[in-house]
Amino acid sequence: MGGYCGLCGEPRDDLPHAACDARLALEPPRFCTSCRRRMKVQVTPRGWSAECVEHGVVTG
Amino acid sequence: MTDILERARDRALDRGEGLSYDELVEVLRLPDDQVPALLELAHGVRMKHCGPEVEVEGIISLKTGGCPEDCHFCSQSGQFTSPVRSVWLDIPQLVRAAEETAATGATEFCIVAAVRGPDERLMSQVRDGIRAIQEAVDINVACSLGMLTQEQVDDLAAMGVHRYNHNLEAARSYFPSVVTTHSYEERWDTCQMVRAAGMELCCGGLVGMGETLEQRAELAAQLAELDPHEVPLNFLNPRPGTPFGDLPLMDSADALRTIAAFRLAMPRTILRYAGGRELTLGDLGTRDGLLGGINAVIVGNYLTTLGRDADEDLALLSDLKMPIKELAKTL
Repeated sequence: MGGYCGLCGEPRDDLPHAACDARLALEPPRFCTSCRRRMKVQVTPRGWSAECVEHGVVTG
Repeated sequence: MTDILERARDRALDRGEGLSYDELVEVLRLPDDQVPALLELAHGVRMKHCGPEVEVEGIISLKTGGCPEDCHFCSQSGQFTSPVRSVWLDIPQLVRAAEETAATGATEFCIVAAVRGPDERLMSQVRDGIRAIQEAVDINVACSLGMLTQEQVDDLAAMGVHRYNHNLEAARSYFPSVVTTHSYEERWDTCQMVRAAGMELCCGGLVGMGETLEQRAELAAQLAELDPHEVPLNFLNPRPGTPFGDLPLMDSADALRTIAAFRLAMPRTILRYAGGRELTLGDLGTRDGLLGGINAVIVGNYLTTLGRDADEDLALLSDLKMPIKELAKTL
């Protein structure tokens, strides 16, 4: 699978992340899944955006 | 019916008076099999003294993270190893968020900043933001910017801020275990200044932070003494990296008892579901709380975490035949 967990920032390959994935239903990602950098996250009443300086913006 | 429920019926339902600290402790000690009767009574108090309407509010973080304070529940403190990064919202984004909120039927839009208190940069941003919102959206604007000076209180009132949020967060006796960088009394003083300036006061707290049942009753009694227009009730959502990050979620029956106790302490206040209800209560508990004393909700997302889908909450209110309170500006 590769990459990093958006919630805890740990490598996807090393640990199970089912609990993290469940929590991502109620919070935005904090770490870039490509490079593990902490992202700048803005939550709005009906959405969110998370920006990695290297890999751009993801929204939800 | 138990003795405490009989007394609560007489005091809170019939006379509209809040229960005492000792009585609130008794309420919070009621066994699980008495919780349905307690919730029914609290709902009756809400319906008699507040009516069926529900006040809907949206909130937005204008300045996220990097806070110098050490509130142990908060992921936005710069003193902890939380993954939350500092970020500012610009004015167009702020207006869009107000528009999104108004589209749900909400009457309140609260601008929040993670600060000890506002500096001139933040006050300027708030001033510009409120002006832009007022030009674009028909909604009451509230603010939550930490501790204020008298001059800042006066400035915010002059900007047309309808309501100011500043929580006590915890009972006076537990506060030093929650925050060490400022005092309970400093919070109390800001609340008093806000009310004296003519703004509505929004003041609540969190439960499930390791406080005792008696301290939960103490918080309700101290809020009742302060007599705010609105009481937001948060349930701890343990945040990674914070001192309270490893605490367990609050038991859902305890959370429902707390909702009812807060209603019986403050029969006429706006009692709002705030953060943490999704985890602590789930969908069924959310419904139980709305039938147990709650008469206001934060719709959609919170400051750094996500809430229930706004449409689900609005559908639930419709199902419960609880109309959304209409806009009525007070300033």
